[in-house]
Amino acid sequence: MTELIIASIMTIMTAATPLIFAATGELICEKSGVLNLGVEGMMLIGAVFGFAAVTVTGAPVLGVFAGALAGIFASLIFGFLTLSLLSNQVATGLALTIFGTGLSALFGLEYVGKTIEQIEPIHIPLLTDLPIVGRILFGHDPLIYLAIAILGLTAWFLRRTRAGMVLRAVGDSDYSAHAIGYPVIAIRYAAVAFGGAMAGLGGAYLSLAYTPLWAENMSAGRGWIALALVVFASWRPSRVLLGAMLFGGITILQLNAQAAGFGIPASYMSMLPYIATIVVLVLISRDSTRIRLNAPACLGRAFRAER
Amino acid sequence: MIPALLELRGIQKIFPGCIANDDIDLTIAPGEIHALLGENGAGKSTLVKMIYGVLRPDQGEILWRGESIQIDNPASARALGIGMVFQHFSLFESMTTLENVALALPAQNLDLLRVQLEKTANEYGLKLHPDRYVYDLSMGERQRIEIVRCLLQDPKLLILDEPTSVLTPQESDVLFETLRKLVAEGRSILYISHKLEEVRALCGQATILRGGKRVDNCVPVEETAQSLAEKMIGRRVEPIQDRETPMSTQKRLVVSNLSKRSDELHGTDIQDVTFTVHAGEILGIAGIAGNGQTELMAALTGETGPPQSGSIEIENQDATAMAPMDRRQLGAVFVPEERIGQAAVSNLSLIQNSFLTSGKRMGFISAGIIDWSAVDAYTGHILDRFDVRATGRDALASSLSGGNLQKFIVGREILQTPQLIVVSQPTWGVDAGAAAAIHEQIQGLVANGAAALVISQDLDEIFGLCDQIAVISQGNLSTPRPAAEITTEAVGLLMGASNHASGDALANA
Repeated sequence: MTELIIASIMTIMTAATPLIFAATGELICEKSGVLNLGVEGMMLIGAVFGFAAVTVTGAPVLGVFAGALAGIFASLIFGFLTLSLLSNQVATGLALTIFGTGLSALFGLEYVGKTIEQIEPIHIPLLTDLPIVGRILFGHDPLIYLAIAILGLTAWFLRRTRAGMVLRAVGDSDYSAHAIGYPVIAIRYAAVAFGGAMAGLGGAYLSLAYTPLWAENMSAGRGWIALALVVFASWRPSRVLLGAMLFGGITILQLNAQAAGFGIPASYMSMLPYIATIVVLVLISRDSTRIRLNAPACLGRAFRAER
Repeated sequence: MIPALLELRGIQKIFPGCIANDDIDLTIAPGEIHALLGENGAGKSTLVKMIYGVLRPDQGEILWRGESIQIDNPASARALGIGMVFQHFSLFESMTTLENVALALPAQNLDLLRVQLEKTANEYGLKLHPDRYVYDLSMGERQRIEIVRCLLQDPKLLILDEPTSVLTPQESDVLFETLRKLVAEGRSILYISHKLEEVRALCGQATILRGGKRVDNCVPVEETAQSLAEKMIGRRVEPIQDRETPMSTQKRLVVSNLSKRSDELHGTDIQDVTFTVHAGEILGIAGIAGNGQTELMAALTGETGPPQSGSIEIENQDATAMAPMDRRQLGAVFVPEERIGQAAVSNLSLIQNSFLTSGKRMGFISAGIIDWSAVDAYTGHILDRFDVRATGRDALASSLSGGNLQKFIVGREILQTPQLIVVSQPTWGVDAGAAAAIHEQIQGLVANGAAALVISQDLDEIFGLCDQIAVISQGNLSTPRPAAEITTEAVGLLMGASNHASGDALANA
């Protein structure tokens, strides 16, 4: 029984990690006032380029970097279109997802069916061997720790640092931030790039650690779940962790239910994260103060500085 | 001779389609309150934005203490010692007062800043709570944040853009005290306003802009409000005429115990509002923006559905649950505050816009077909009668200036010869000439037996135009009193009142 619980926690963590990466990136991006719906596309691009890098070089670290860089590249296309050319963020984000799906499928053709060495869980003598908590605390792969560290840093960044305060300010009122003299567009570019890097990392996690292979459309909607997760967490990093575990748990539940042959079609299970998000949206919208304090007021709005 | 603190020479700024500033000179001496006067659209805001580095001049020279400089951005303006309080505040609503102040200053420790903030605020009598969120604060409190965060930078020149437009008379007096203290310390103030009495009381020098050009320089105390207004507008302005009120007992609008919850996130619920408007009467509702005016207006037009309790009678018929169009059929017309989006649709032509509210009342529809030629003629009539300057009847509403669009909207309603006109902020952002025309039209309508309800923040307008005056504060309406029987001070007290209890202020006035 204990073994089963430990195993469940371990798998839930691996399912949650890509969501944590992608949602943390999107959270920062949205906090700056930019809604990037291209997370799914950026994850796929990150996944295929990460996989390709490892196939070519054999070095998992390079794969992780390649995934993040590819994500940044994709997000900067989005940034250029929406921030510099002021195109509609929703439409451009959707286009980015479609573009990412297509690009990754095309580029990934020659990698289908190839295998690489999986990024292995760490093993620290003594610590990992502790009963029960050993594996839960010290037995994951390095990227899981990276995801949690980045999430923690993000929370600290937003709450405690001046740069974080400026980022929140830009998302709250781009007009005011510009009037005071902050470079709104540059800050948003940075936030969008961070969002891209994180989505790319999330994608790379899928193809390097979660299942060490490349398959077309392998993110299977996780980008959308990450987007929902940001709203679910009402733009607060601490709740991203909670939500990612929850949504990750549902994913695992769905697989197990299928394996155990329960009569519930998988489609119903895949709906769960979205239903949960809608329920949370309804609940938090009853409390207008909370929305006012956490939701970036400028989300999705184009900003053009007069000169 | 001491060099001027700031000198502008031949400043020019061109926006697509208009010359916002043309060859403007301006000199501000140390320790001076310098007024920048002009109507809306005269180019005041553009000019100060260039001084503050938000905009860049296309031509001309800026001298700071005698040296030619270029101000690239607000940060460099602040580094020089220029602080600015914007008309539309540059605050962040979901952040605290302290964070808002910190954002405008160079990076520093927040705890130290908190001490400094409280010290400066006390020194100048500006009450502030560092940890309160801005969305929760009144306009006066928000302005105090803006001022304190300027003061913390020890500015030599403080620019205030229409600072009193959002304040009660009492709050304005506190502001003037603070400004005088600042000037006594040798700082200079550039004071932008179109309130002439204020400028005469406060400012040592004035520069007057009209149509983007500097038209005059003067010493305000040597002028009268009338002469300043003429310089600003370029022609004579008639003050609002007193008129004989043909008092009548015929009730046009009766609102009883009306309570309505706000649909907006931070709106104000209106509570237990009761008043009556008779034929031949103008009732004015004064109050600072955000005290329930929007909600009251929405309850009267019927656009947000029936109220939680209470009743509305238009022309002795119960209209409490009626939709806007049905209320119009009873003989009421409405001019809401928002010109674009509520009163007019920006990308429809004037003809289409005039059809929107007049179609049914004026009988422009027969068997579901619109008689466009009749609407066209009606629109032409509005443009002629109300002197609306537009490129034509098919001009888009968005192509009109604020004042012209307002004249059009008011004209569209008045020409329907209603029995009741409800109008919110009739002359907000409208130049003095157009404002006078709008006032005259409302008076003319009322003289012919209609009733008018005017919701306005402008006390001059309320006192000049209305027979009865009530004040709305935090969703409560004071009992209407005849205009001749109450003073500006009493109205000011009610405007700033925090609860119903201060109804006594009126009784004692």
